[in-house]
Amino acid sequence: MAEEKKLFKVKIDNISVEVEPGTTILNAARKIGGDVVPPAMCYYSKLQGSGGKCRTCLVKVSKGSEADPRPMPKLVASCRTTVMDGMEVANITSPEVLEARKGVVEFLLLNHPLDCPVCDQAGECHLQDLSYEHGADSTRYEFKRRTFDKIDIGDKIKLHMTRCILCYRCVYTADQLTNKREHGILGRGDASEISTYISQSLDNDFIGNVIDVCPVGALTDQTFRFKNRVWFLKPVDAHRNCENEKCCGKTVLWMRGDEVFRVTARKDKYGEVEDFICDTCRFDKKEAKDWVIEGPRKIDRHSVISQGHYVNTVTPKDPLVEVLSGRQPKLLFDIHSESQVNRPDVDLSKIDGPAHSDDFKK
Amino acid sequence: MGRKLLLDKAHIEGIRYYDTYRSNGGYAAAEKALKSMGPEGVLEEVKKSGLRGRGGAGFPTGLKWSFIAKPEGVPRYLVCNADESEPGTFKDRYLMEFIPHLLIEGLLISSFALGANSAYIYIRGEYAWIPDILEQAIAEAKNKGWLGKNIMGTGFDLEIYVQRGAGAYICGEETALIESLEGKRGNPRIKPPFPAVKGLWMCPTVVNNVETLAAVVPIINIGGDEYIKYGTGKSTGTKLISACGNINKPGVYEIEMNISVEEFIYSDEYCGGIKNGKRLKACIPGGSSVPVLPANLLLKTAKGEARMMTYESLADGGFATGSMLGSGGFIVMDEDQCIVRNTLTFARFYHHESCGQCSPCREGTGWMKKVLQNIENGKGKMSDIDLLWDIQRKIEGNTICPLGDAAAWPVAAAIRHFRDEFEWHITHSDEALTRNFGLAHYADPLPVPEPAAV
Repeated sequence: MAEEKKLFKVKIDNISVEVEPGTTILNAARKIGGDVVPPAMCYYSKLQGSGGKCRTCLVKVSKGSEADPRPMPKLVASCRTTVMDGMEVANITSPEVLEARKGVVEFLLLNHPLDCPVCDQAGECHLQDLSYEHGADSTRYEFKRRTFDKIDIGDKIKLHMTRCILCYRCVYTADQLTNKREHGILGRGDASEISTYISQSLDNDFIGNVIDVCPVGALTDQTFRFKNRVWFLKPVDAHRNCENEKCCGKTVLWMRGDEVFRVTARKDKYGEVEDFICDTCRFDKKEAKDWVIEGPRKIDRHSVISQGHYVNTVTPKDPLVEVLSGRQPKLLFDIHSESQVNRPDVDLSKIDGPAHSDDFKK
Repeated sequence: MGRKLLLDKAHIEGIRYYDTYRSNGGYAAAEKALKSMGPEGVLEEVKKSGLRGRGGAGFPTGLKWSFIAKPEGVPRYLVCNADESEPGTFKDRYLMEFIPHLLIEGLLISSFALGANSAYIYIRGEYAWIPDILEQAIAEAKNKGWLGKNIMGTGFDLEIYVQRGAGAYICGEETALIESLEGKRGNPRIKPPFPAVKGLWMCPTVVNNVETLAAVVPIINIGGDEYIKYGTGKSTGTKLISACGNINKPGVYEIEMNISVEEFIYSDEYCGGIKNGKRLKACIPGGSSVPVLPANLLLKTAKGEARMMTYESLADGGFATGSMLGSGGFIVMDEDQCIVRNTLTFARFYHHESCGQCSPCREGTGWMKKVLQNIENGKGKMSDIDLLWDIQRKIEGNTICPLGDAAAWPVAAAIRHFRDEFEWHITHSDEALTRNFGLAHYADPLPVPEPAAV
């Protein structure tokens, strides 16, 4: 008999869940799902070493573990803190956490240009969702925001550093998916920026994935920029046999009519890519005939992208027909025969000028 | 005269060189440790001495050493943190510049206790001339058989390397220091894992301050039991204080931790009083990161007791009425100094030095700086004070490394203790550009609460 793995019992917002040792608090919360999942801007489950930087996923550990029940002195980043047996975590039940998270959102938005109306990421932007859910409705910042010039890193990717929240995801992506990372963080503090050391173009079969992992509109697809708003497009699942053996070939095509506007990897409900795709699939296969279309992509109905796509909506069934076994309901009386006012034989549109009581004389 | 352990021979001419150092009792501790005590013996002695980390946090050194993981076949490292960049702190510079062999001897003994065969001195880039001094001392020690293979026939090997930093305050944080030492960008790591388990090149590592390592030498020389007799309570031994600001005799002083703050500022042996006969307004007792205290709270605790130069007494009253000994950067301000301007200077420093990895510190430090600039330049609003308070509260404790806390505390303490000065800057914005608030009531004796009736 296989030895049973000991599972750790964790309580998040008073909801119990059993997870394997070594799981982070965030992933334990994702196992529960719903509102207790802390938001994450920099953590990416597919990228090793990511997380811990944006501080939006801060939670309060009110009981360290069964063995050591002391609470942790500070709020901890749930994406990088592993669970202990008997740990009790407060996320949305802790006012302290909500307060801190509101602060973090405010900090993230301080230097963000809020140019959502012209930003290609709008509609699928994590920062947009985060500020909608956790942010304040106005800012207390009265100073000039930092700005950068837009730069082309390669002919397919545009970097607009002004929007960047420095989550480092693209750096980890380049580190872990490509054989040589050519971009990174320059400078420090609020002057730090994502860039290549001496203007280089990023050139690798998998570098396009930085567009998908970017939580904001800092890295955008030049083949799609300003072509369309994402919520006017219909996402469909599609696949092709990709020549690149590291590429899974499973994508989402963003179409209008027969036109493929852009190709992205498939993202799960936390906005994380399920499988990374290569740049050939992403940038070069922009025709429907290149792909085997599987069907419409399921989009969360709370997302703006699902507006106008009534794919999964269900019209409530009218039970009357069933109840009456096919008969039409019998009317008690004809309203027109009883009413003194309703005279279908008098056509108001045919009366010259305003109607007068004389017009209804029998 | 207070008793000295570290700087007792600093006045001897040529103590920088091996021959003089050796003939004045140098390397006796190393000889004793290597030949007769063994690693456990050294660790035991350091634990007994109650030595606390001199870099700022005051964590017991013996305890820190005992945490180091000892897996088979994995090298262990000792790193000396000489990235002394805290505004107001310059004690390690003095130590390394004038008695480099004391540090090397301390490194040798500590490496022996930890079983580390490589030790690194990570020194801040701005101390451009000191690596030469250290490297010369290392070469001398190696020549005389104190470093290298099979030291003094004991079979213990040790190499010491000096690595220059590139001018980043954040690299004084131990995990950022390790990253920088590995040749990466100096971003603090997320803990756990702690360096004692996965540090330099993912091997167990201990990072200690220069003064801590140097203090190991007298501990071995006189023994932990004797060392405990210096100082008071849990603040054992002596501490180097780098005193600066409006005092008659700025400089590095070694104090035994049993004198009062008042004695330290006014006695001729140490600071020699406030310059030009001015009155004391405020003091930052442990380097720029620790809370500033007004004169009345600095000299007496809220309970009315005299405040001593110890870890405990300076922290008495918590953040409400206390401060911290920190790294011993003692900054004294007289009645002519402006707290708002001073707070702005610190905020500017932390804004410049934030690594930019995590958002509260990256964005918040710059914001605080800009708000303080407005207040200082006469463009402040009353709501700015509460805004500052709110920003610092949202930075503190929410960041990866303690730099966020260090940036928040000075602002918090300045507002807590000097709120009326901030308000005066806002209500008298024109006047504030031409003159300072002055001493006001900051030196007035505070009412001491009556002890509750029994």
